[in-house]
Amino acid sequence: MKNKAIAISDLKKTYSNGFEALKGISFEVAEGDFIALLGPNGAGKSTTIGVICSLVNKTAGSVSVFGHSIDQHLEAAKRCIGLVPQEFNFSQFETCQQIVVNQAGYYGVPRHIALERAEVVLKQLDLWDKKDSQARMLSGGMKRRLMIARALMHEPKILILDEPTAGVDIEIRRTMWTFLRELNEQGTTIVLTTHYLEEAEQLCRNIAIIDHGTIVENTSMKDLLSRLDIETFILDVDSVPNELPKLENVEYRIRDESTIEIDVPKEKALNQVFESLTEKGIRVLSMRNKSNRLEELFVQLTERAQVVDREQKNEN
Amino acid sequence: MKTKVYNKQAFIALQSILVKEITRYFRIWIQTLLPPAITMTLYFVIFGQLIGSRVGLMEGVSYMEYITPGIIMMSVITNSYSNVASSFYSAKFQRNVEELLVAPVPTLFILLGYVFGGVSRGMITGVIVTLVASQFVELQINNWAIVCFVVILTSMMFATAGLVNAVFAKSFDDISIIPTFVLTPLTYLGGVFYSIKMLPEFWQNVSLANPVLYMVNAFRYGFLGVSDIPIENAIALIIFFIVGLFSIAYYLLAKGIGIRS
Ligand SMILES: Nc1ncnc2c1ncn2[C@@H]1O[C@H](COP(=O)(O)OP(=O)(O)O)[C@@H](O)[C@H]1O
Ligand SMILES: [Mg+2]
Repeated sequence: MKNKAIAISDLKKTYSNGFEALKGISFEVAEGDFIALLGPNGAGKSTTIGVICSLVNKTAGSVSVFGHSIDQHLEAAKRCIGLVPQEFNFSQFETCQQIVVNQAGYYGVPRHIALERAEVVLKQLDLWDKKDSQARMLSGGMKRRLMIARALMHEPKILILDEPTAGVDIEIRRTMWTFLRELNEQGTTIVLTTHYLEEAEQLCRNIAIIDHGTIVENTSMKDLLSRLDIETFILDVDSVPNELPKLENVEYRIRDESTIEIDVPKEKALNQVFESLTEKGIRVLSMRNKSNRLEELFVQLTERAQVVDREQKNEN
Repeated sequence: MKTKVYNKQAFIALQSILVKEITRYFRIWIQTLLPPAITMTLYFVIFGQLIGSRVGLMEGVSYMEYITPGIIMMSVITNSYSNVASSFYSAKFQRNVEELLVAPVPTLFILLGYVFGGVSRGMITGVIVTLVASQFVELQINNWAIVCFVVILTSMMFATAGLVNAVFAKSFDDISIIPTFVLTPLTYLGGVFYSIKMLPEFWQNVSLANPVLYMVNAFRYGFLGVSDIPIENAIALIIFFIVGLFSIAYYLLAKGIGIRS
């Protein structure tokens, strides 16, 4: 079994104003994984990351990073993580090189090594020609990349990115995806928060969905997508048969003496389903969609992502 | 196993904080290093040359020479204090303090980094003002060791106080309240321009409650060999303040007051 890169158990956070941002979340990230923490704004993604990176004090629960508990071995835990926060948080007046070299210094990397690494990392992120520019002179996309460069200076085992592509135009977003994918292939565990479903789909193997401070789903991307392809209907019938119909990829369940639930893949024609029911002599009186918490969330997420995309296209 | 052994990495972190701090005030030297040179030149011209020439000797030296140590000390105090107050406050405000919080830098070293940053600016300012002063008076130094010791301790004390101020500050105004309403009056009333022996007895006793008086006099003793206060008392008092403020600052940073939610 692989090591746990991150293990979070029953994590709770109540802010000083009494707001309960995390209501007891648990999840694990395997070493080498590429996982998305997906959720709408205000879901608690940044709070979760804040706790992992000791920017936010937790109220209850436990967090460990590569087996180092943040309560007992905080410094060891910190060494494993590189953080790319949601908001720009470098000094606007320092140059790119100063920012990354000092950051390496905070992790104990001697200056001459830090200078060499800065060259490598800034070149990788296409910022080398800006090394002597003050951070405030950079474009939004460059600032975002500067934060990635800064997070990589101490060669962390896990890279955590909080909405790294928010406000970044589509082209740069794709270059960033390629970069992250390569980094992951070379062995860095990556945790990324986003509210773009597409981003999670493109990049991640696993996904944890968070909403209102709870994890509503934690599974593989593949499983999730296949589940999203299935629609569930509730049928009111005059009588429930002894034997349910059989149809490939369709699942029938009896709920009570006058209700049947069916899961139908989106590409399946409903005619076939009705034929199968007719064959068994089942009369359908009415039919409705079963509202699905997960789907609702997704509709919400994808709608928002589309709006954001449109806004960005307008900006450019 | 539980004793804390700070490794080499913590010292590299300390060095990085210092580099960052020193780079910061050199980058904005027009706001940081130039003003004390200008203000102090004015003090020397006005109080030292114009008015001082009518004052006559104080404790056996010219008035100009008498006020020089106090004026140097005054700029060391303000600059150590405001360096840490504004640097730490803006690190909070721009959130780049998070760069330190996510990294494995021991709290003690974050504190030392900012304090030494403030001390270094205090020292540089001290040197600048001393150079300005030497254009106006022939400076004599009675005891180098005391001069250095007192000036370093004083700037440590005020640098630490500046950090405590920044932790509680909620706006840029909050970091100028203490310098304006507390530090400036205390320095002016701290015997920079006069000897407390010139005051009525009641006001002499009131003055003894002003910590700046002790620092100015200890520093003056280092230069001129004269002091209103026994020098040991002065040094003991400064050390007492440093220990107190340092403990408070350490506690605030370790708890993450004002920087961690
Ligand atoms: N410092 C804070 N004090 C009080 N409430 C906060 C604070 N930070 C975040 N919150 C609240 O906690 C909730 C979760 O926020 P956050 O973790 O930033 O969400 P996300 O990153 O998923 O958008 C939000 O409702 C937000 O308003
Ligand atoms: Mg967020």
